[in-house]
Amino acid sequence: MNETLKQVVIVGGGPAGLAAAVALYDMGIKDLLIIEREKKLGGILRQCIHDGFGMTRFKESLSGPEYADRFIQEVKKRKIPYITETTVLEITNEHVIRAASKEGLHTWKADGVVLSMGCRERTRGALQIPGERPAGVYTAGVAQSYINLYNTMVGKNVVILGSGDIGLIMARRLTLEGAKVEGVFEILPYPSGLERNVEQCLNDFEIPLHLSRTVTKIHGGKRLEGVTVSEVDENMEMIPGTEKYYPCDTLVLSVGLIPENELSKMAGVELDPRTKGPVVDTNYQTTIPGIFAAGNVLHVHDLVDYVSLEAERLVKGVVAYLNSEDEKKTLIDVNLGDGLTYVLPQKIALNQEAVISMRVKRPQENIRILVRQEGKIINSKCIEEALPAEMIQITLDADSLWSNKALEVSVG
Amino acid sequence: MNNYDVLIVGGGVIGSAIARELSHYQLKIGVLEKNPDVCLEMSGRNSAVIHGGFAYEVGTQKAALCVEGCLEFDKVAKELDVPFKRTGKVLVGNTPEDMESLKQTMAIGEINGAVGLELIDEKRLKELVPTVEGKFAMYSPMSGILDPFQYTIGLAENAAKNGVKFNFNSEVTGINPKEDGSYGVETKSGSYTAKWIINAAGLGAVKISEMLGIGRYEMGATRGHYIVLDKNVGHLLPMPVYPVPSTSYMGIHVTPTVEGNVTVGPDADRVQSLEDYGVEKRNMEYLVEDASTLWPHIHRTDFIRNYAGIQPTWLNREGIMKDFVIEAREEVPNTVNLVGIESPGLTSALPIARKAVKHLVDREKPSLKDYFDPTRERVRRFSEATPEEQQELILENPDYGEIICRCESVSKAEVLDAIHNPLGVNTMVGIKYRTRSMMGRCQGGYCQMRIAQLLQQEKGLDVTEVLYAREESELFTGRVR
Repeated sequence: MNETLKQVVIVGGGPAGLAAAVALYDMGIKDLLIIEREKKLGGILRQCIHDGFGMTRFKESLSGPEYADRFIQEVKKRKIPYITETTVLEITNEHVIRAASKEGLHTWKADGVVLSMGCRERTRGALQIPGERPAGVYTAGVAQSYINLYNTMVGKNVVILGSGDIGLIMARRLTLEGAKVEGVFEILPYPSGLERNVEQCLNDFEIPLHLSRTVTKIHGGKRLEGVTVSEVDENMEMIPGTEKYYPCDTLVLSVGLIPENELSKMAGVELDPRTKGPVVDTNYQTTIPGIFAAGNVLHVHDLVDYVSLEAERLVKGVVAYLNSEDEKKTLIDVNLGDGLTYVLPQKIALNQEAVISMRVKRPQENIRILVRQEGKIINSKCIEEALPAEMIQITLDADSLWSNKALEVSVG
Repeated sequence: MNNYDVLIVGGGVIGSAIARELSHYQLKIGVLEKNPDVCLEMSGRNSAVIHGGFAYEVGTQKAALCVEGCLEFDKVAKELDVPFKRTGKVLVGNTPEDMESLKQTMAIGEINGAVGLELIDEKRLKELVPTVEGKFAMYSPMSGILDPFQYTIGLAENAAKNGVKFNFNSEVTGINPKEDGSYGVETKSGSYTAKWIINAAGLGAVKISEMLGIGRYEMGATRGHYIVLDKNVGHLLPMPVYPVPSTSYMGIHVTPTVEGNVTVGPDADRVQSLEDYGVEKRNMEYLVEDASTLWPHIHRTDFIRNYAGIQPTWLNREGIMKDFVIEAREEVPNTVNLVGIESPGLTSALPIARKAVKHLVDREKPSLKDYFDPTRERVRRFSEATPEEQQELILENPDYGEIICRCESVSKAEVLDAIHNPLGVNTMVGIKYRTRSMMGRCQGGYCQMRIAQLLQQEKGLDVTEVLYAREESELFTGRVR
């Protein structure tokens, strides 16, 4: 099949892909193509009709579609080519991209590839929640899509498992549409979502948040009839005797997101078991030269603003790669130290500014994040209230590295 | 309208196979199925293995029909377009007792007519399945794996093509012999009459048998859990790996699926209800622990789903039944009664069906149809086509270029074909079983909204009429506004 040549192909037209496209164009990379599987650009933002997006990037509160539209307008203004309703089937390590649309199969060969496929939700099957298998069990994103994009109401009496942000948003959304939300149950002793969402989506609507509790059984052979909720101990094991039955017709799961890297794997990109996304360097280049990644495909973000900013930072690396300027680059490892669940990028280049993203394992007050090299602290950041729900970032200046030995990032 | 020559109670693999075999003849045939689709009970909730025939007592119908079914399955799979792979299978052992037991199994298998059985050493075992843990094994080269949904659906669709009528949501509530020798059958979807009744009700067979006046059977049940693993690990398991069997139970095994997933299970837990498909945490933990000693590649991160199946224990007046019963009793004329049908029922389905049909044909001597079409074709799957074929498919039908299910690469053309299936099934699980959409790692996170919308549009359903799998399993409560 004939390959169409492109300078850069961007896989996924959500917030990461859109921001990367605009920034690349503005850096002079104009032979671009965005490939989007849905009918419209915008990715998951299309179904996020609530506001609160853009406070960092645009200094104002926008709805999801409004936030996406800011970027879509920039794409259109620059006449950056994009195609929709086109599903990428395969990416090779030689940057060949194969996709299907109603017009047929397409094959591109790109100098550079940007992976911006986003993430998917963890499901009941991944969690192995015991019990029967009735209708009425939805992941939060699926429920959100049914309600906001398909005008379809999923239920009347709702229990929400997991206090991830989409679960909190859906607690409010379902309430506003007339459903009774019995409560949100979280297995951890603290909420998984952002504090402001707990405030605005639960507290403002008097929806109870029950911590250290999880659904231990699903009841109903046809439509959901109820769930059993149990308390858990510090090891997240169910405490016998604490079971409580909640009748409900709907269970909404907000139990985590997983970067969607099936295509990355086909290309041979190495994944980090902690982030479940690609291993990348300062420039967000994966282990396959010329393939870059940004956004939720790389690590799950708390705010879309940081997705856009990350994608915008990626372009410097793409330009350097296309100009063959990054060949002599020395990479050093960034190791994960105590108190953090992950650190990204996993490798950084000498003599280049680097933004290091991370999350803490548990809520803590007044901590110091330390970046060490050969035992010497080369950077640190004080955090008054560190929450697993919030991503933390530290910027290392180009001249801050002490040697070419590995870095370690930890909670001090 | 509801008068038939033959009514088959049960639309599982056995009922569908009987329907298909009977449709060779000039008869008006109906199937009564309690669910909105075929294949929702035992037939779809098992290990999906074509068995070699070595695990059953010498001289039983189980042994004979299993071997027959196994050996003919290439032809059957071709006729009905059922995904099937003759992968072979190993029973893996470690101790001298295991070796004795395997030698015994092999001797029985050889008498049963199982083909090609071989005791193999560790080296050969590792060549066959490099990832397995064990010292030696019995290798059965004729064993295989199939898509159990496509098999039952294939039989049913082929039967329908040859004139059989499938009546869904038709649980039988009473059977009354009439003066003219025919039967009146009461169901939840209305009344039927038929000259012949064939009981292929699977888990409901004891009840139907009683309704026919054959009250000599009883049933207990065990529930077996299964875990489905991501296709990530499929390449690590080229064939089913079983432990050495005990007398009554095959043991927890790991099985590749024809589509490249792996299933782990089943255990055997006594249950009271025949409809309790719930899964328990401790059982799933036990599966992982037990199966990991055979095949140490079971990791939480690869879990995508679980399910349970009911395995009946059949009893008659003498105690536990060890064989299938396919009977036409003198005192209950014009009936064929099938009880005791359990594993290897899937492998033996067509041989069982031919036996059942023979009872009727010997008595009734119906004429063969001038033309019987033994084939049924699935819609072409986009994911199974080469790039060149994919291009042709899209040019012929642009709906092939619209990928609805990302995980399994299922196109809109395939979903539409499944929505307009020949049996008239209208449920989401019906589409899932026919296309594999919603079966992948995201479990419908990306595609189910589109499929629910297409189902409404194509079938003119109201949003509140969309069913998940069974009757009263409504997915939605209405429009938002």
